[in-house]
Amino acid sequence: MKRLADLLAPLILIIALLGAWEAACRVLEVPAYFLPTPSAVATSLWADAPTLLTSAYNTLAMALAALVLASLSAQALALLVALSPILERAIKPLAVVLQVTPVVAIAPLVVIWAGIDNPERAIIALAALVAFFPIFSGAITGLKAADPDLERLFDLYGAGRVKRLVRLRLPSAVPFLLEGHKVAAGLALIGAVVAEFVAGSGGAQGLAWRILEAGNRLQTARMFAALVVLGLMGALLYAGLARLERSGLRWWRGR
Amino acid sequence: MEPFVAELAKVEVEYPGSGLALGPVDLALSPGEITALVGPSGCGKSTALRLLAGLEAPTGGEVRRTTRRGESAVVFQAPTLAPWLSARDNVALPLELSGVSRREARSKAEQALDRVGLASAAGARPAQLSGGMAMRVSLARALVTEPRLLLLDEPFAALDEITRRALADDVLRLWAETRPAIVFVTHSVEEAVYMASRVVVFSRGPGRIAGEMNVTGPTPRPEAFRTTAGFRATVEAVSTVLAKGMETPA
Repeated sequence: MKRLADLLAPLILIIALLGAWEAACRVLEVPAYFLPTPSAVATSLWADAPTLLTSAYNTLAMALAALVLASLSAQALALLVALSPILERAIKPLAVVLQVTPVVAIAPLVVIWAGIDNPERAIIALAALVAFFPIFSGAITGLKAADPDLERLFDLYGAGRVKRLVRLRLPSAVPFLLEGHKVAAGLALIGAVVAEFVAGSGGAQGLAWRILEAGNRLQTARMFAALVVLGLMGALLYAGLARLERSGLRWWRGR
Repeated sequence: MEPFVAELAKVEVEYPGSGLALGPVDLALSPGEITALVGPSGCGKSTALRLLAGLEAPTGGEVRRTTRRGESAVVFQAPTLAPWLSARDNVALPLELSGVSRREARSKAEQALDRVGLASAAGARPAQLSGGMAMRVSLARALVTEPRLLLLDEPFAALDEITRRALADDVLRLWAETRPAIVFVTHSVEEAVYMASRVVVFSRGPGRIAGEMNVTGPTPRPEAFRTTAGFRATVEAVSTVLAKGMETPA
């Protein structure tokens, strides 16, 4: 019953808002290029479905590739840092500088490095850059989050650095890594879209390009349709990763 | 036989900024002896335990041990089990860290779990165990290496009275099998007198030994021991020394 209410409450609100939007557009005779009616957006969504789905796939593929890249590099670097405190002191300030620098500011440079003909490379690199920090930071925190008494136990039995890392610190970091990946996945998607905007080229054929293209032609309903697909894709990605996090934690805790 | 398993000789511990926390303390542990450390909170009992285990170094004096690595085991206040490991793998961990093969470690872990009455819970994860069961797993993990020195840091503090008593009897029963030297920290004078052959009372910080009392009585203890006049008299004597120790200004 509660689950039904959880599902119905937002659905009713969305329908009510869409109804009010449709009515307002019709009554106030708002021009379609300024604000199309939800029905016009739905029509556009239906008509452009094949193109939008292909673009959504391209964006998602780039975001996931960026997530994999960020995951591998962030975890490898966090491991090195965990083994060497000097390395941590050296790397951490650089990682923070990288995190606080807006991706939009770095994008033109990355586009040049990736080559104008390879916008998808630039998009993946930029999205990976955005997704890197939550995983790196989660891994560093997690690798230091082992129970101090378990650390003492490892001291007592003379466990070396590598054994301690593999048998204690890495498993202790699992919940932090799962959370980091959940946050990073959302950021990778945002990063991919922002990077595609900045790249300003249709080469990657992602959803951001569809929005730019429709905007340039004042096809506002198509812009909304692309936005709806982007929003749905983001929500599905988040839900999928939240589920993955829950199952991961259940596996980690044994219940 | 060695004269002592571990010894604190004029040991002092001083933390930067907060002055002397412990000492000077002299305390020698004989093989097979059960020693209880009682005292007010913050008097350095747990610090003394960590010194004996070699988990902390003194700032003054000397800690002498005749135990080798792996011959001391610690049971902490909380069960401190790795949530991602089964009870069996948690118990096998000290052996594996000491270089024993996984197969042999697991087999010995199952035997240790059997000794604490948890053979059927070998595959369970810590989250699936009750507080008492988790503490028994922790005890099995400490015993699996057959230590010569077993250090217990308020191991029953978080448990209800019935479970505490059952676990105290478990510890005494297990002690009778291999007779390691046991040192345990507790806030309960009755628990100290029931379990130990010697009760060492610490005074308020800087922690020093305010008094020592030997406990005479049958080993293993029958439940009726708690009702004997000797038990009551020792509890009274320890409580008196403890009260005096608490008056000591910081």
